[in-house]
Amino acid sequence: MSDQLKDNEPFIEDPSVRTTKLRRRAFVGQVLVGVIILFLWEFLTRLGWLDSYYWSSPSTIVRTGWKAITQGTLLQDLAYTSGSTILGFVSGTAAGYILGLSFWWSELYSRIFEPYMIAFNAIPKLALAPVLVIMFGIGFDSKVVLAFLMTIIVAAIAACSGVQSVDRDLEKMLVSLGAKRRHVFMKVVVPTTIPWIVSILKINISLALAGTIVGEFISSRQGIGRMILYAGQVLNIDLVWVGVVALSLLSIVMYLGTVWLEHVLMKGRAPKS
Amino acid sequence: MSELEIAGCSKYYKKNGEPMCALAETDLHVKNGRFVSIIGPSGCGKSTLFNIIAGLIRPSGGHVLLDGKDITQESGHVGYMLQKDLLLPWRSILDNVIIGLEIRGVSKKQARERALPMLKNYGLGGFEYDHPDALSGGMRQRAGLIRTLLYDKDVILLDEPFGALDAQTRMQMQNWLLDIWKDFKKTVLFVTHDIDEAIYLSDEIHVFTHRPGRIKATIEVDLPRPRSEKTLMNDRFLTLKKELLLMLREEQVSSN
Ligand SMILES: Nc1ncnc2c1ncn2[C@@H]1O[C@H](COP(=O)(O)OP(=O)(O)O)[C@@H](O)[C@H]1O
Ligand SMILES: [Mg+2]
Repeated sequence: MSDQLKDNEPFIEDPSVRTTKLRRRAFVGQVLVGVIILFLWEFLTRLGWLDSYYWSSPSTIVRTGWKAITQGTLLQDLAYTSGSTILGFVSGTAAGYILGLSFWWSELYSRIFEPYMIAFNAIPKLALAPVLVIMFGIGFDSKVVLAFLMTIIVAAIAACSGVQSVDRDLEKMLVSLGAKRRHVFMKVVVPTTIPWIVSILKINISLALAGTIVGEFISSRQGIGRMILYAGQVLNIDLVWVGVVALSLLSIVMYLGTVWLEHVLMKGRAPKS
Repeated sequence: MSELEIAGCSKYYKKNGEPMCALAETDLHVKNGRFVSIIGPSGCGKSTLFNIIAGLIRPSGGHVLLDGKDITQESGHVGYMLQKDLLLPWRSILDNVIIGLEIRGVSKKQARERALPMLKNYGLGGFEYDHPDALSGGMRQRAGLIRTLLYDKDVILLDEPFGALDAQTRMQMQNWLLDIWKDFKKTVLFVTHDIDEAIYLSDEIHVFTHRPGRIKATIEVDLPRPRSEKTLMNDRFLTLKKELLLMLREEQVSSN
């Protein structure tokens, strides 16, 4: 037995062993819960306890999904939706970050524009979708613009709060070492705001996806959103479920992408204790 | 060679519409290579004076001269270690101490090469790649001072660097600072509220009055160097200590 200690050996506690064990068990539990849910779904619909017309069933969804991939355009739709989501997310978040950072440069400028930023945040951007589709067409652009508008203000507000949290004494210390404003900006302001922008990446990726899908609902020739809308109109509920599952998978993949991005941006920092 | 001269510097702040004097007109002459301490009750304007010397704030009146050149309101002429250690939490100790060199345009690689032996020789060996929050207060102060030293100015200002440390660590740090001062031959201006510390370290002590601060007395510390724990038992040390205690007590009484 590895756990058993000989009398002359000291007991050295290794907390990492406990956490590894815990993590492994939790993973097994997670898989188990997922499998049980799928089984229940499958059998309750087969037994007729859940109406399979509305609820479809895992096996039907897989079958319909496979057909949509091989005979339909599911993969192209997926690429279309993820493309506009990612493009809108990256451009919106980056633009918002730069906007928020720019508030550090001038007190006057920041005071003038801050109320407008808050006002813009209050507008329900999705309600503007019909106008945007008219302005930017029913193609790719209008979806990117929606995702962009959904994300820019969240990023700007986060960056702005980050800028306000900059330690004045750190600025003083750098100036005493001969730093100019651009040094203070690069060496204190940007690093201080990075955790702030990192903390909204996950929110922004889901906002971008929501923007894109609403854009596709309103008017589009491609995309998972259009596919779901179409399937609903022809009462092909199985296909609606395929769309929902595809969006969920896409959302999980993009979530993992932001986790990776967080990791990259926070590299070299002390782990939070 | 570096002579620091503070000529009639004062600072007023507006408080509730009334001008409030944070530092009364102060004259101070610091000769090359000396270790000079400033001691005084808290709030008497010691940090304000340092901020003026470092060029971070503008004095209401007076000038700061370095080797006869007017450096009032110009930063970057002296090394300044502020009251807090102010290490950047996202940088390793090594990358923290080189920041002054980076600002001056030295490449990161070169700056690191220059800093590494310094960290090793002055008690931070093994901590180079740690982040500040993994270090004790004493170690962080060491890093802060090495950062100031790497900036390589002849005059350095230290604002209560050991104020937050326990007595044991403080004693260690004082000896460490004396070693560094001997090796680098800097002119040091040192703020403290600890009488023992001031006597132990200094050639010369300036006693400030309570707010608004001005220099009340100057004491020459004629204790032999190198100093050690034995210095603390020296009769002369005790006489100086008594003298300073009385002066500071007077300030405390008159401020109440
Ligand atoms: N920026 C400021 N605005 C208003 N009052 C200040 C400011 N900085 C310092 N003071 C005041 O000036 C006085 C001297 O402060 P300081 O130089 O920090 O004292 P010390 O370092 O000797 O403890 C204090 O009463 C403080 O409240
Ligand atoms: Mg102070």
